[in-house]
Parts: sequence; structure tokens; C-alpha cells
Amino acid sequence: MLSLAAVSAGYGSCQALFGVSLEVPQGEAVGVIGPNGAGKTTLMRVISGLLPLRDGAMTLEGRPVGGLPAHRMVEQGIAHVPENRRLFPRLSVEDNLRIGAFIPQARQRFAEQVERIYTLFPRLKDRREQLAGTLSGGEQQMCAIGRALMSGPKLLLMDEPSAGLAPLVVAQVFELVQRIRAEGLTVLIVEQNVQQVLEVVDRAYLLEVGAIKLAGTAAELRNNDFIRKSYMGL
Amino acid sequence: MDIYLLEAIINGLLLGGVLALLALGLNLIFGVIDVVWIAYADIVMCGMYVIYFLYAQYGVPLPLACLIAIAAMAAFGVMVHLLIIAPVLNSPPLNQLLATGGLLFFLQSFATLLFGTEFRNIGVRLPILEIATIYVIFARLIAFGLGLVGAVALYFFLKRTYIGTAIRAIAQDRDIVGLMGVDQRRIYLVTSAIGGALAGLAACLLAMQYDVHPFIGNTFGPVIFMICVLGGLGNMIGGFIASFIISQIIAIGGYYSNSELSYVLAFTLFIVLMFVRPRGLFAR
Repeated sequence: MLSLAAVSAGYGSCQALFGVSLEVPQGEAVGVIGPNGAGKTTLMRVISGLLPLRDGAMTLEGRPVGGLPAHRMVEQGIAHVPENRRLFPRLSVEDNLRIGAFIPQARQRFAEQVERIYTLFPRLKDRREQLAGTLSGGEQQMCAIGRALMSGPKLLLMDEPSAGLAPLVVAQVFELVQRIRAEGLTVLIVEQNVQQVLEVVDRAYLLEVGAIKLAGTAAELRNNDFIRKSYMGL
Repeated sequence: MDIYLLEAIINGLLLGGVLALLALGLNLIFGVIDVVWIAYADIVMCGMYVIYFLYAQYGVPLPLACLIAIAAMAAFGVMVHLLIIAPVLNSPPLNQLLATGGLLFFLQSFATLLFGTEFRNIGVRLPILEIATIYVIFARLIAFGLGLVGAVALYFFLKRTYIGTAIRAIAQDRDIVGLMGVDQRRIYLVTSAIGGALAGLAACLLAMQYDVHPFIGNTFGPVIFMICVLGGLGNMIGGFIASFIISQIIAIGGYYSNSELSYVLAFTLFIVLMFVRPRGLFAR
């Protein structure tokens, strides 16, 4: 579904990605793991159009989408749950979901979509009038995922969804990823929580210093000695 | 209570309505675009000239002249954004201030060149009402009423529409609104148009009370900035409340001394309050 070929990107004079190529097949969950500063967030920002790519090509369902600005990427069917959730703290939960349905094709289906989100996360329904900034960390992550789903995406990007959450909530988030997949959504997930993410994805890439070092199925990476030593502490 | 004091309080309240409208416009633009339109009061001046020429010179009915002025100032707001703000959007704040400050001098000089420095009155004579032995300036009453209508309309626009929600969202986190499918540039244009339209509405309300001349912006521009800073720059509700605080200080101060001294009082109080709450009375 999504394909990156030798993509390079960076900020000012600082290059963060060096010729990254990856494939996210339709209906699969793909993980990108790697240490802090490897360029994982930059990769997500490039895919969602927040950061222009400097070199290489990106296609979505065969259409070239490299260089489109972020608001056009949403129309193409990509939704991005950003790092640290980035809810609008002084908007209510429901207004956060409403802004997620900003694009015209999503506005028409707002009532139906918002009910779907509330079934997925009953807690959000109880807190629909509450300001998003007053939610707990786990609730904020649910709201951020709900907001992204409101646009009716085909591909969901998740940047460190487990960061800063209690272990029990992390488990809930990963369980949710599986439920979203079961609904037929394609997921690309960036995580430092290597052990747990390899439980939910089909395939994964290891990104180090802006380049892909390893790629394989989740099972292959789980059994890879280098990954076990460096990233799982085994 | 002293009947004249009550009269001063009521007239202060009515003055607050128009100031609140301008504070809303300025705060909206600052909150969304992160730029202060130093020339905001001078856009009001332009609107007043539009009304003066349409109504007093060419005989266009007043309500129609007002609507045209509002639309013209909305378009003017868009032009200000495209020609002056957009090129310096990513420049340091000082450069942005200089750019909109330059617009202030440009508008004042251009108006002087075109229309001269004479004071022009649109010649609407509205009565002074006597309600239970209190004198109320009718034009101020209308201005207050329409000012409130404008503020309420803006409130519902921001609360109930997708564009309005996007405007509130962009003021809280501008970097990620693109991920919601929101085109920042379009929101900036809509915001500039609303800011311009609010200046146009204020121009309609002020033209009924004051003569228009090229420097009329200087008489209330500083007061509006003081109000916005007092309420917390970018905080629309704070600015709305601060408008009424400042207008009361001016009105009651004017009752006890005279109107010049009341401005001194208002600015002195403002400086003191800034020491107490440097980020504004209603800073979050």
C-alpha cells in the first residue's frame, strides 16, 4: 500500500534520513524500531507530509504522493497519531474528534464515525465535554487515536503510542492496534518498546542513524541475536 | 448613588462594547497567526472613510453602506495578510511588528494625502435618550448592542463550525493541524477576513459617534492594545472582560476628574497590573 524508495530528509543542514526504503503491504501492521535519534519520528513526519522529502520517491496505492503537504495526505487516506499525542488541550474531547473529521469526505460521516470511536473507547464518551488537556495519559492516547481514525484513513501511522504510559495502559494500546487491524486498517507503528511491538506487528524494520539496518518478519527479528542483545536486553 | 456617576458607568459600559469588538479581532489574529496587527485601529479608520464617502457623499443608505464597509474591510484584511504578513510569517517577531507598524504609517499618510486632515462627520444625528433621568447616548447604545451581536456571532462561529474549530485548534498547536487535513494558509486567510470584518463593524459603530480623520486610529489604538495585553494577549475572553474594566476606569475616572486624566489613570493602573500579573489578568 505504502512504498518508500531511497527517501532522504532532514532539518536545515542536518540530514536525518539517508535513503530509506520500506514497504507497508495492504492490511498488515508494520513496525519500525530503533534507538532514540535514529530518525523514526522524522520518517513518520515525512510520510504524513509534515516534512518534505529531499530525495527519493513515495507512493500510496501506486500513486506518487511524495512532496504533498500534510493536509493533502489526509485526503489521500493517511492519518498520523503524533509523538506525545499532541491533543488540542483546551478543546473538548468531542471537538478534538471533530477536528479529526475536518476533511469534506469525513464531515459527512461525522455522526456515524464518532459513535464508532465511542464504542471503541467508552471512556471518551463519558468525558466528551471535558477538555482534552485534563484527561489521563491513557485517555489522551485513546483520544489521539480516535481523532486520527475520524478521518476514515486507510493507513494509520502511530508514533511511539506507548511512550509515557503505565504498563497496563501500554498493553491496552497494543491490544487496540490488533483490533484496528482486524477491521482491515493498515498500520505503521514506530516504537522503542521493541518486545511488545514485535508481538503485534507482522513485519518490522530496524532504523539506526537514519538508515534501515535490518528488516524481516516479526518472528525473525524476535529471534535475531543482535536485536535480542541490543534492544530487548536478553 | 449619584445619578451622574451611574450615567458615567452606563456610558462606560456602552463604550466597552465597541472596544471589546476590536479586542476580539486583534486577539483572534494574534492567537491564530501569531502576529500583532499594529495597524488594526487604522484599518478601522479606513472603514470609517468608506462609510463616510458612501453615505455622506454618495447617498448610499446607511445600513447598506455599513455592510459594504464590513465586506470591504474583510477583503482588506485578506490583502494585509497576503501582502504584508505572509512574506514575514517566519521572520523574527520584531520584523513582523515593523512590517505592520509600517502599514500604520502608510495608511495614516495615505489617508492624509487623499482626504486631508479635516475632520469629517457622516452627519447622522442620533438623539440623546433620557431613561429615568439618566442620559444615554443613543449611538452608543446601538454600538453596544451591535458589538455584542458581533461578539456572540463570532462565538458561535468558533464553537459550532469546522472552520471555527480549526481556528481554535491552530491557536493551540499550529504544527500539527496539517495532520487533521487543515490547510493552515486557508485558515489564516479566513482569520484575517474575520479580523478585517470586525474592524469594519467597529468602523460602522464609531462613525456614528466620532468624526473621521486620518489619525483617529491613534485615539483608540493604544487603548485596544492595552486591553489585549491586560486580558492576556491571544486570550479572547480575557480581552473581552478587560475591555469593560478599562472602559469603566476611563468613564469613572472621567467623572471624578476629566477625560484626559482618566486615560492617564487607566494607563497607570495598567502598568501597576502588569507588575502584578505580567502575562495579563487572565493568563492561563
